[in-house]
Amino acid sequence: MSEQIIEGNVGIEGNGAIDGIIEKYRGKPGALIHALTEIQHANRWLPRDVMQRVADALEVPFSQAMQIASFYKTFSLTPKGRHEVHVCTGMTCHLRGAAKLQEKVEELTGLKLGETDAESRFTFEAGSCLGSCSIGPELIVDGKHHGRMTPEKVADVLKRYE
Amino acid sequence: MPKLQSAAALEDYRAQVLSARDPARPSIAVCAGAACGGLDSAAVAAAFSTAIEKQAAAAKLDFRVTGCHGFCNKGPNVIVGPGDICYFEVKPEDAAEIVACTLKGEVIERLVYQHPVTGEKAVHMSEVPFYKHQMRILIGDIPKIDPMRITDYLAVGGYSALAKALSKMTPVEVLDEVKKANLRGRGGGGFPAGLKWETTRNAPEKTKYVIVNGHEGESAAFMDRAMLTGNPHKVLEGLIIGAYAIGAQQGYIYTRHDSPQMALHIQAALAQAADYGLLGKNILGSGFDFTVELHYDVGIFVSGESSALMRSIEGHAPEPRPKYIRTSVSGIWDKPSNLNNVETWANVPEIINRGADWFTSIGSEKSKGTKLVSLSGHVANSGVIEVPMGMPLRTIVFDIGGGVPGGKAPKAIHFGGAMGGSIPISLIDAPLDFDGMAKLGAPIGAGGLLVMDEDTDMVEVARYLLDFLVKESCGKCVPCREGMYQMLKILTNIKEGRGRKFDLERLADLTEVTSLGSLCALGKTSSDPLKSMLRYFKDEYEARIAAGAAAGGLAT
Amino acid sequence: MTDLVLQIDGKDVSVPAGTTVLQAARQAGIPIPTLCHHEQLEDYGGCRLCMVEVESRGRKNHVVSCLYPVEKGLVVRTRTETVDKIRRVIIEELMAHAPDAPELKRLAEEYGADRNRFEKESSFCVLCGLCVRYCAEVKQKHAVGFIENGPKREISFIPEIAAKECWDCQECFAICPTSYAQAAYFLTEALAFPGRRKAGATSA
Repeated sequence: MSEQIIEGNVGIEGNGAIDGIIEKYRGKPGALIHALTEIQHANRWLPRDVMQRVADALEVPFSQAMQIASFYKTFSLTPKGRHEVHVCTGMTCHLRGAAKLQEKVEELTGLKLGETDAESRFTFEAGSCLGSCSIGPELIVDGKHHGRMTPEKVADVLKRYE
Repeated sequence: MPKLQSAAALEDYRAQVLSARDPARPSIAVCAGAACGGLDSAAVAAAFSTAIEKQAAAAKLDFRVTGCHGFCNKGPNVIVGPGDICYFEVKPEDAAEIVACTLKGEVIERLVYQHPVTGEKAVHMSEVPFYKHQMRILIGDIPKIDPMRITDYLAVGGYSALAKALSKMTPVEVLDEVKKANLRGRGGGGFPAGLKWETTRNAPEKTKYVIVNGHEGESAAFMDRAMLTGNPHKVLEGLIIGAYAIGAQQGYIYTRHDSPQMALHIQAALAQAADYGLLGKNILGSGFDFTVELHYDVGIFVSGESSALMRSIEGHAPEPRPKYIRTSVSGIWDKPSNLNNVETWANVPEIINRGADWFTSIGSEKSKGTKLVSLSGHVANSGVIEVPMGMPLRTIVFDIGGGVPGGKAPKAIHFGGAMGGSIPISLIDAPLDFDGMAKLGAPIGAGGLLVMDEDTDMVEVARYLLDFLVKESCGKCVPCREGMYQMLKILTNIKEGRGRKFDLERLADLTEVTSLGSLCALGKTSSDPLKSMLRYFKDEYEARIAAGAAAGGLAT
Repeated sequence: MTDLVLQIDGKDVSVPAGTTVLQAARQAGIPIPTLCHHEQLEDYGGCRLCMVEVESRGRKNHVVSCLYPVEKGLVVRTRTETVDKIRRVIIEELMAHAPDAPELKRLAEEYGADRNRFEKESSFCVLCGLCVRYCAEVKQKHAVGFIENGPKREISFIPEIAAKECWDCQECFAICPTSYAQAAYFLTEALAFPGRRKAGATSA
């Protein structure tokens, strides 16, 4: 509701990649989602000042850019951790005990879904039905599937990621 | 590769491809589908490459990495030809032995299917119970195709339907064949595709679009991804034929952002089809121009709804539009747009090649053809299957699925994810079809079939599904946004022992108003799972409320 | 544009093609409640209060009258048991957020809605979108927008724009049915630009 201006940490690839993306879509309001997707991919989050530049360059109202960025859950308006931990919350995985996996990750990392820890090690997210239901429940870390998971195995998996 | 300029040129080229291949030559196909990939099939494939090199076998057998073979929980899957010998749960260490035995024509007994109860073994696909009862018209070719090689698709007859349509049929004749076949939408709507095509074709605007809805947001449905990853050309061929019939010049494939392998395969298919003159200007010398763009979703379920998806392609937030404006008349940028599901498009080439009469000979009276089903949950054999419409659910769950493991009894079957419904196991003899299942309150949706065992908490299932939908609601209209939210609160209370006597009455009002008042299908069908629970499992809900009150929960 | 005749609550009404059922009803003096509808704004179809029953070619359906175009021979019923129930439940759902909004209280009385039927979550905003749409379509400033989806959706003032535009305008405050827009503006001002409510101002 209230907007606090967060100073942008422009992130991993620095300004160059983002500038390039903005220039590619300058003057094309229909390309808003493409532009934001590419920046999210390059930078792993969307700082507010970058959002402002995108809105100006693509000639869309800033409020529309904010609506899109907050609506779609692949966009992150806050910085992400080094490793993304997804627990699949699809229906099959749920039936097979995904909720207990979620509790275990919460217990071990102190993070609730959507949160990143203070050392930026992990971001914990839900993923709904990633298509490998037959090996559920699953934990997916940095895109790697860990199928047929049980709460007992979670600690070992997380240990491998610094 | 110079572009193929006519149907005859395509057939000449196909003959060349086939003459360079020996059907008697041994082959090894490693499945790299979603589940097998999750079980590290990449390591298995790498082990095969090494073994083949070490045994100097590259010239003596064909090796390929393919899309989904279907028997997902028994992966990593390997199929050896000729004869479709199926090896299951293959490890990297097994690769060398498999290569050696394949060259000698020998079978490795310990890797073939063995029935968990009878111990009976099955070597060939046609003998394995999981595969035996299927009719694999759409997915049968997947183990034969490396999705990065268009020539593999040509070798199994690919694009012959397109050539036939462009050179021997008029657009209206193609349209009529699809109408005659009564191909109904496979994404969940079950609406006759031919009629939708016709509306789009007849719309006054000259610019028209066709769209593949590859979003597959339905929870526990994974067959569209298997189809697009394993044989993208079949879907593309159907799309081009449809565009020809409708008079569209531009197509869109809309799919998920979170499957890089699928994206890679679709991109390769589009590029290779264009190289061969099967996409782009003057396709096969017919004068028909058509191009396709690939778009990704950005991670929200509602963007699978057709009008929302079109807004997303335009670059807006995926807010659905009311259906008073049909998208086949006014869709993307207000132009007539025909959207169909992946599986619907994939059916088109066979209908053109083998004819509507062939298609209508399969299935039941009003549901023709086959259906892809994602079979999962508390079931022994799970994966992607293809069966004729009209097959009794009993056959799917017990003969193909192998029943519930661990000696437990099945309790219910759920179809359609968050927008479907559950039926009790007493109704297991119902046939798989659109209308009958819808009447029972469990519309088949996209085809995700979930088996639930005796320990399943039916209050929790409804609560979970509403929780999922609440997070996915766009939030525009009151009945969906507020109605679902209040339903979720009530169900959470019931589950946690705080249910009250008037809860069922409030739930009844909420389900009615949300169904009637919501703007789009998400809101309208959001209460369907709960409705099916109240229809078949009401006593479980009442008992929960009573138990909560008895234990000192809130009184009425 | 030719006129066509439809029937609303038994009364024949003649209007040009392209008119909505809501406009036709208003022209004929037949009341239909609305919340997110505004004469100066494009119809939104979000609150669903204006739902009516329509019958055309033998088929009955429930539609939002603010968006549904008139058809020749259409039969519209603005009050039926089902229509009234839909409206009542919508009012009850909205009163979980804004139980004291004057318009909702008036409608609650007319439709027999119980303000305590559903668990309260006093966010006060009913997400009718009037403020957002007014600022975008009429004032073209885009000072306030929606963020988030589903029940988490809320309105959000953009401080940089609000600081320059809102104090001299305040037009959305008057059209907000719950007075939330006003409250949201003041909270934004207090947190993001206290003492700087318009360009050049050094004090309120």
